[in-house]
Amino acid sequence: MTPDPYIFIIIFIGVALAFPLIPLALAWLWRRVFQPPKPGAGKNATYECGVESIGEAQIQFRSQYYLYAIIFLIFDVEAIFLVPFAVAFTGLPVGAFIAILVFLLHLIEGLVWAWGKGCLSWAAH
Amino acid sequence: MSEIDEGLRAELQRQGVWVTSMQELYNWGRKNSIWPLQFGLACCAIEMIATAASRYDIARFGGEVFRPSPRQADLMIVAGTVTKKMAPQIVRLYNQMPDPKYVISMGACAISGGPFKQGYNVLKGIDRYIPVDVYIPGCPPRPEALLHAFMELQRKIDSQKLTGATKAEHLNSAQPSEFPVPAFGEHDLEPPANPDVFQPPKIERRR
Repeated sequence: MTPDPYIFIIIFIGVALAFPLIPLALAWLWRRVFQPPKPGAGKNATYECGVESIGEAQIQFRSQYYLYAIIFLIFDVEAIFLVPFAVAFTGLPVGAFIAILVFLLHLIEGLVWAWGKGCLSWAAH
Repeated sequence: MSEIDEGLRAELQRQGVWVTSMQELYNWGRKNSIWPLQFGLACCAIEMIATAASRYDIARFGGEVFRPSPRQADLMIVAGTVTKKMAPQIVRLYNQMPDPKYVISMGACAISGGPFKQGYNVLKGIDRYIPVDVYIPGCPPRPEALLHAFMELQRKIDSQKLTGATKAEHLNSAQPSEFPVPAFGEHDLEPPANPDVFQPPKIERRR
C-alpha cells in the first residue's frame, strides 16, 4: 500500500521546525545551566565601533544636498559624452560637432541658471 | 563532566569508540574557531596582516575570520602602540565584545609602551585597563610569534573548566565582563590604571 502523499509534507514541516528550534533550545539551555548572561552598557550600546555616539540619529539633512547632487549628475553625464567626443574629434562631421556644442550649451545654461538662482552659495538659504 | 580515565579512553579508542565530555567538546569547538577583531593600531598590525595572509595563514588554526564588529569577535589582538587618545576606544571595544573573550597583547608597545614608554602620550601597557591572556614580546613580533601566541591561547582555552570552583572566568557570574572606560583628565587618563586588573610589580631595592 502506498502512503498518503501528504505525509511527506507533514514530515517536511516537522523537520523544518525542528531544524531551527533545536539549536535555539540548546542555546537557551546552555545559558541557563552554564553561562550566566552579563549584559552591560557597552554590550547593549547601539553603536559598536568603540566611539561614543553624539547626539541623535534622527537628524535632517539640508535639502541643498539635493541640488548639488543634481548639478553633479549633469556634469557626470557630460563627462561620459565628452570622452568619446574627444577621441573621435578629428573624424567628426560638422553636424556632430554642432550637436555636441548645443548639448554643452544646454548644460552650461543649466549651470548659469542654478548659479543665478543662488544654488551654488551654501550659506544664502 | 567528570574526567575520563585516560587508559580507558585509549582502550575504547582502539576498539573504535571515541569518548568525549561536554567540556572537551565545548573547548574543542571554541579553540578551533577563534574569530579575531579586525583592529590594528601600528606597525604590529602589518605583521598581523601578514599572519592572516597566505604565507603564514592563520586559517590553519581557525582564526582567519577577522570580524569588523566587536559583537562577533572572540579575540582582540592589540597590535601596536596604544596612545592615550586611543585607550578609551580600545576598552570600549573590549567591553562590546561578547563573552568569552580573550586578549593578545602584541609587541613591546602594547605590553609596556615599548620605545615610547618615557613619552607623554603613550599608554604603558594595555593590561592597565583590560585583562590580557597572552603577551608577545618583539618590536614588531614576527608572524611566527603571533602564531605561537595563538597556539598558547588555544592551549589556555583547552584547559578551561566548565564547572567547579576553577571554572572559566566567563562562566563565573561574579567576574565582570566589562571594565571601566578611562576618561581624559587634565594631565593623564583618569584613572591611570584599573586596580582590579593591574597590580604593578613591587620593586625591591637593596639598601
